[in-house]
Amino acid sequence: MTSKLIFELSKVGKNAFSLPESKIPKTKLNEKYMRKEDAELPLVSEVDVVRHFTQISQHNFGVDQGFYPLGSCTMKYNPKVNEDIAKLRGFTNIHPYQDPKTVQGALKLMYDLEQYLCEITGMSGATLQPAAGAHGEMTGIMIIKAYHQSRNDMKRTKIIVPDSAHGTNPASAAEAGYDIAEVKSNDQGLVDCDALEAMMDDETAGFMLTNPNTLGLFESNIRKIAKIVHKKGGLLYYDGANLNAIMGIARPFDMGFDVVHCNLHKTMSTPHGGGGPGSGPVCVKKELVPFLPVPVVSKKQDEYFLDYERPLSIGKVKAFYSNFLVTVKALSYILSMGPDGLKAASEGAVLNANYIMQGVRRSFIIPYDRYCMHEFVLSGDRQKEKNGVTTLDMAKRLLDYGYHPPTIYFPHIVHEGMMIEPTETESKETLDEFIDALNKIADEAETDPDLLKTAPHTTYIKRPDEVGAARNPVLRWKKE
Amino acid sequence: MKFTKDHEWIKKEGSVAYVGITDYAQQQLGDIVYVEMAEENMVLQKGDVLCAVESVKTAAEVYMPVSGRVLQGNSELEDAPEKVNESPYEAYLAKIAYDDESEFDELMTEDEYTEFVESEAK
Amino acid sequence: MRYIPVTPDDREKMLKACRASKTEDLFSAIPEDVRLNRPLDLPKAMTEMELVRYMEAMASQNKTTDDHICFLGAGAYDHYIPSVIGHMLSRQEFFTAYTPYQPEISQGTLQAIFEYQTMICELTGMDVSNASMYDGASALGEAAGIVSISSRTRKDIVVLDSINPEYLEVVHTYLKFKGINMIKLSEKELLKYDLSHVSGVCVQYPTFYGTISDMDTIGKYIKESGAELIVCANPTALAILESPADFGADFVVGEGQPLGMPMAFGGPYLGFFACRKEHMRQMPGRIVGKTADSVGNIAYVLTLQAREQHIRRERATSNICSNEALCALTATIYLSITGKEGFKEVASRCMDNAHYTYRELIKTGKFEAVSKTPFFHEFVVKPKADIKKLNKYLFDNGFIGGLETDKGWLVAVTEKRTKDEIDAFVRKAGEFND
Repeated sequence: MTSKLIFELSKVGKNAFSLPESKIPKTKLNEKYMRKEDAELPLVSEVDVVRHFTQISQHNFGVDQGFYPLGSCTMKYNPKVNEDIAKLRGFTNIHPYQDPKTVQGALKLMYDLEQYLCEITGMSGATLQPAAGAHGEMTGIMIIKAYHQSRNDMKRTKIIVPDSAHGTNPASAAEAGYDIAEVKSNDQGLVDCDALEAMMDDETAGFMLTNPNTLGLFESNIRKIAKIVHKKGGLLYYDGANLNAIMGIARPFDMGFDVVHCNLHKTMSTPHGGGGPGSGPVCVKKELVPFLPVPVVSKKQDEYFLDYERPLSIGKVKAFYSNFLVTVKALSYILSMGPDGLKAASEGAVLNANYIMQGVRRSFIIPYDRYCMHEFVLSGDRQKEKNGVTTLDMAKRLLDYGYHPPTIYFPHIVHEGMMIEPTETESKETLDEFIDALNKIADEAETDPDLLKTAPHTTYIKRPDEVGAARNPVLRWKKE
Repeated sequence: MKFTKDHEWIKKEGSVAYVGITDYAQQQLGDIVYVEMAEENMVLQKGDVLCAVESVKTAAEVYMPVSGRVLQGNSELEDAPEKVNESPYEAYLAKIAYDDESEFDELMTEDEYTEFVESEAK
Repeated sequence: MRYIPVTPDDREKMLKACRASKTEDLFSAIPEDVRLNRPLDLPKAMTEMELVRYMEAMASQNKTTDDHICFLGAGAYDHYIPSVIGHMLSRQEFFTAYTPYQPEISQGTLQAIFEYQTMICELTGMDVSNASMYDGASALGEAAGIVSISSRTRKDIVVLDSINPEYLEVVHTYLKFKGINMIKLSEKELLKYDLSHVSGVCVQYPTFYGTISDMDTIGKYIKESGAELIVCANPTALAILESPADFGADFVVGEGQPLGMPMAFGGPYLGFFACRKEHMRQMPGRIVGKTADSVGNIAYVLTLQAREQHIRRERATSNICSNEALCALTATIYLSITGKEGFKEVASRCMDNAHYTYRELIKTGKFEAVSKTPFFHEFVVKPKADIKKLNKYLFDNGFIGGLETDKGWLVAVTEKRTKDEIDAFVRKAGEFND
């Protein structure tokens, strides 16, 4: 039994909206400009709308409800005060084209957030314009390209990414017009420096890396990697998805990175919203500041203004200035945590991940058996070999235990991988319960494999037919 | 029938040849949901991308085993991509006109391919 | 550390379980020479009370549309936001949830997006829609890039000069890094231009200046040349103006902010992206599809994922991962509340108000007409006074005036404006002498 669609609740005569009466005369345009048929939007009462969206919301699962150990996503708690602050009318009811003199609070907010992100990353200039991490990656790679082009260095046509890179890395570099080359990870799960050195040449614009990497391991050779890339004139890009492991402990600039993007909806606690909106600010070292997108929020004496006089800028990647309300929440978070809090968050994230790893090692293969950072990957190979139970099956079974499953099958270099990132906002009790559940499931994989292969059993719907959905896509409702 | 290291098969029929993916390949991909048809009249070299095959969680490129020109994609697969899973050696992906017969000698025989797959699986 | 529930006691136990004597041990993989050996230079942590006070002070430094009646549009519009929206969005199930990759516990988000996709298709006349893009400008940039790259023989993209200049800048950025040539033309030039080497033409509807172009003629010319027509549309206008499907659109993108999102200094907004069936597999980003589960329940899932970055990587149609899901939900609720009739009323009221404002401004004798082309809810007039000074005067008198553009003063009037507000605005604008 599933919920009806909002359209199926429509009925002529129902209505949820009205405008005040107006003495202003009606305007009629020539028929040829007007729609021939109305758009088939719902015709419902307010009660219908509220019931409908309330009901379907109950078929969802948010961080406020339960544990969400999604590796690479940093599903930390979303502080409620930040939501209230983002609703202040001084932030929501301002038009982006108002005279800057009338929105000094908004400009100060953006300026301060940029400064704080630069301090956290060690960089010298920032833009809040990109609307998501991938958008930030694209922006950062465009900055790298613009930099090379400004030096008349036109022969650099490719970007190197590790084989463990998140899909957005090569996709973003491709959006910026680059070809991709992949460098292999060694059996320690780290970048193979010799392979990188062999690949790195003067036709490579740069190397994109996450650190800790996508396996949750810190690239200890990062200074060496930076040297390899810089020696041949390339730039080093930092994917900030894993910044939650190192705040106040190490900074990308000090590691040798030239461009960084941050994911405010990960590290800085802004809510995921079911898939967005996020925000992906980009921070750069001093030499790259001229290439930042326009406008740049600047300060002269005590007044903030928007600087469009930037001849070397890459241009714009979004209209206006940023996903502003998301940046409001991120700034509030940073101010709530302070320097000690951010460091404690990273330390807590790393401790929590290691604690889970220790708790489940009796049940699962841990491919990289040493301290992890804020996330770690386990392999379900043992369960697959024994009874054909896949990591997917075990992930679906976790749903029956009331958890959102961790990330699965990423990075691809671990067979039957499951990547677990608890974040620092979970209590020891929650972690203990989760460890317990995972170990139980590993036991079930031996004693009752079919139970897992047909999981989940207690959720609102059972496993959907994704093959059918892709073979015969039905992407909208249509009125009969 | 000859085979490639990328798990394509090719069957000569006079001056044309049929190209498909092997049973091993369809097993690895899982349920195939869509076949991105090869473009008619495309002239391709051995190793160029001929078309692509998608499952729910993966997309795989299919490469030309020999050089030639695409005559037509298998239109049956537009509505029934699952045929590739059901009968991978009958549900060809594309019919091509090949350039150089000697290129077939560079490919693996069925026995060689079976051996190759076994060693890959280790 | 109110967001870190692990106690010092817990920490000791956990460190022991990890066979570490102190937290520092866990970071042993980080070499000394990259350590930050000082605290971050950031303001000291604020308690919630301090934070609220601080942020309220910052917010109050902004002059808002609450006490300055807004006649400014140009890509961000002051529409009425029904109260239901805020209440539905604050449900934690919606806003603290992750991307719906696990459909069994994400039917709420997935069904809402399926409904959203349907509504976008209805408004735009297109066959399919995706689950959202970042904003109208980047959606247009992506569409242009996709159209150019998908064409094997034609590469160039034409954009009309009546497109929002910010959008043109974004499209240019997207295209230049891909090595795609962008040609800017006026409507007149377009209708004489040889489009045989052009893969797609981008048109804004209504234009940046508020006018409604002769889309039948433009659409016909473009389609006959074999190029794709990419329309960047205002969603409110689509409630009552001719559907882009009827004049040949292949892709319809646009800015969804008018559908229940506050202007919020520019974001988060909502890019919608819709197209005809034959381009379905070129659509970027997430798409929700309908299917069934193993016991026959209706189920919604993310589908056609093989187009996306996490599978195709550098061969994906786009790099987009996170989108504007909560904003798409906002739009869905807005269009449900205003509904089939109400949304048309909003659009009609905008149009009536704008035309009334236009006539009254002209009547003052202080504003010149600039064009005879019909318009929707925005128009351009040429003030006798200097626009900057006029806007300053209006602001001091409680109004946000129109945007200064190359063609004149661009004024927007939404359904929120009352006759009294408009009359007062016109009076003030008319009495100003610089």
